[in-house]
Amino acid sequence: MTAAGNPAVTPARPTRGGRFTVTWVGVVPFFVYVGLFLLLPTAIIVVGSFTDPKGGFSLANFQGINKPYMLKSFQQSLIISAISAGAGAIFGSLLAYAVVTGNPNGILRRAVMSASGVLAQFGGVALAFAFIATLGTIGFVTEFLLNHGIDIFHNGVWLYETPGLILIYVYFQIPLMLLVFLPALDGLRPQWREAAESLGGSTWHYWRYVAGPLLAPSFLGCTLLLFANAFSAYATAAALLTQGGVLVPLQIQALITSETEAAQPGLAQALALAMIIIVVIVMSLYALLQRRTSRWLR
Amino acid sequence: MKLGSLTRQLGLAALALLVVAACGSSSTSAGTTDWSKQASASAGGGMAALVAAAKAEGQLNVIALPPDWANYGAVISGFTAKYGITVNSANPNGSSQDEVNAFDGTPNAPDVVDVGQAVALANTAKFAPYEVATWGDIPAGAKEPTGLWFNDYGGYMGIGYDSSKVPAITSVSDLLGAAFKSKVALSGDPTKSNQGLNGVIMAAVANGGSLDDISKGVAFFHQLKQAGNYVPVVGTSATVKAGQTPVLFEWDYLSASHGKDVSTWKIFVPSSAIIGGYYSQAINNAAPHPAAARLWEEYLYSDAGQNLWLKGGARPVRMSAMTTAGTIDTTAAAALPAVNGTPLVPTGAQTSAASQYVVANWTAAVS
Repeated sequence: MTAAGNPAVTPARPTRGGRFTVTWVGVVPFFVYVGLFLLLPTAIIVVGSFTDPKGGFSLANFQGINKPYMLKSFQQSLIISAISAGAGAIFGSLLAYAVVTGNPNGILRRAVMSASGVLAQFGGVALAFAFIATLGTIGFVTEFLLNHGIDIFHNGVWLYETPGLILIYVYFQIPLMLLVFLPALDGLRPQWREAAESLGGSTWHYWRYVAGPLLAPSFLGCTLLLFANAFSAYATAAALLTQGGVLVPLQIQALITSETEAAQPGLAQALALAMIIIVVIVMSLYALLQRRTSRWLR
Repeated sequence: MKLGSLTRQLGLAALALLVVAACGSSSTSAGTTDWSKQASASAGGGMAALVAAAKAEGQLNVIALPPDWANYGAVISGFTAKYGITVNSANPNGSSQDEVNAFDGTPNAPDVVDVGQAVALANTAKFAPYEVATWGDIPAGAKEPTGLWFNDYGGYMGIGYDSSKVPAITSVSDLLGAAFKSKVALSGDPTKSNQGLNGVIMAAVANGGSLDDISKGVAFFHQLKQAGNYVPVVGTSATVKAGQTPVLFEWDYLSASHGKDVSTWKIFVPSSAIIGGYYSQAINNAAPHPAAARLWEEYLYSDAGQNLWLKGGARPVRMSAMTTAGTIDTTAAAALPAVNGTPLVPTGAQTSAASQYVVANWTAAVS
């Protein structure tokens, strides 16, 4: 249950050989796995979200979404995902550029890459706990600052609210951005810059007319990936916010486990389906942008 | 991960069907009594027969029983010591709904559950009727007439606090003061936890609301939030020990258990708002260990079992009968928090209405 998704990996283009049957057998385990753990659950959710408690067809679950507190959780989820993706994209790409301008085999690059690989996957309960232990109401940084006259929670405990979630999400968004955006920066050839300069272009011209347009699709695509990553994150928020269903995944959790009134699995599945639709849209845009990028940067 | 666990459960269910089909015939021919059909120990041949059958099963599956909840740790080890039956405890911090959700027909499904009232009422079709030997001592309003569920232990909603960190609490409105900045928490999310919901009900009654009007309770937590005093963390033994939730709305018997971690821990039960609540026991009608499940209930409702609740600070359901009979643990009874006033116990309908109000308004009030 890691919060961060896997960075996109561009597979090598398969060569079409005559021995089709043998190569086909090799991917059977993969398709079985995808079928069992992706397609089957999705099908269960789709069926369940259109089913009423008695087993008949119903749209009531989707009407259940149209309540102020449900729409509010969608709004919160979208805001937190968008801001954390934007901040992660900006800081992550700057960091990536700093790394790219250094020695390609240098210690800095290897260290940053390794650290990012670890930190991009450092989500979930462990990350939430790390923040509670440092910046929580009794975290050691909080206590240290309090002893020096600074009360970071003077206006309320923001760590457990939207700003806190954004801060924590950015923690794994920046390294993820570095990992997925670095290949695009690596694809910028020094010769292009030299060409621009030899034709009398300034640094501004180079970025405006060469590097910028080349990197823009990749940058936007990576931002969308970060957005989907934050939107679908569950464990970090669940461990941090044990109180109140501020985000859609937490609403789903509440609907499945509520002990105060009849749990509503149908409504939970409808919410899940709505999330799936949003992620599918975002990831389709991501795929389109990636295709455009790969034409230039190989 | 919910998706993953769903498919896993489907897979396990399919596997379990095979296992059950394979050994179903042999188990019925081996035993003389099918305990899954017995509604009392005497109907199945008496306690000795029940004990023998339960020992033959050798296992009992329980779920969502934290060891520090109402002395469950001692209850479980007492049961194992007396009958030599292994107790498999799953998901100790789960909710009542999690317990019923785990009825998946596998050999790992819970045999017995300990649930809040709303879940008990909503799931009677999944429970087996059973009357313990001491059935007559349980008041009529505290059990389903045929024994589908029966109340076991309970207490009153209180405000536990660390007296070394905050001033003594004499009324619920004290909590709005500056001394309680970033300190007040609930012990459950009221949109889904029975205990958390009762905390809000208590705040409502203490602030001029009633069991039928919980809006004042939600408004009170909104004020707490505005004052910067509300901590949106579910309080547990761990958060109390760490000092993260020095003021906690909680059942008094659960709050009492924090005394071992925080020696300055005190409990305040407002005399104007004494909210009572009981938890119920029920047996899975497809229990993998039907005899052990029934023996477990007999143990819980025996004098020894009921006195264990009392030692944990909870009020056992047979308390008045045992006080009359002189079998109550008087030392433990005297140690219960003093309560002056008439307790109010929300009905199922009141709890349900309160829950619907909280689900619709809670997030807006505290975020």
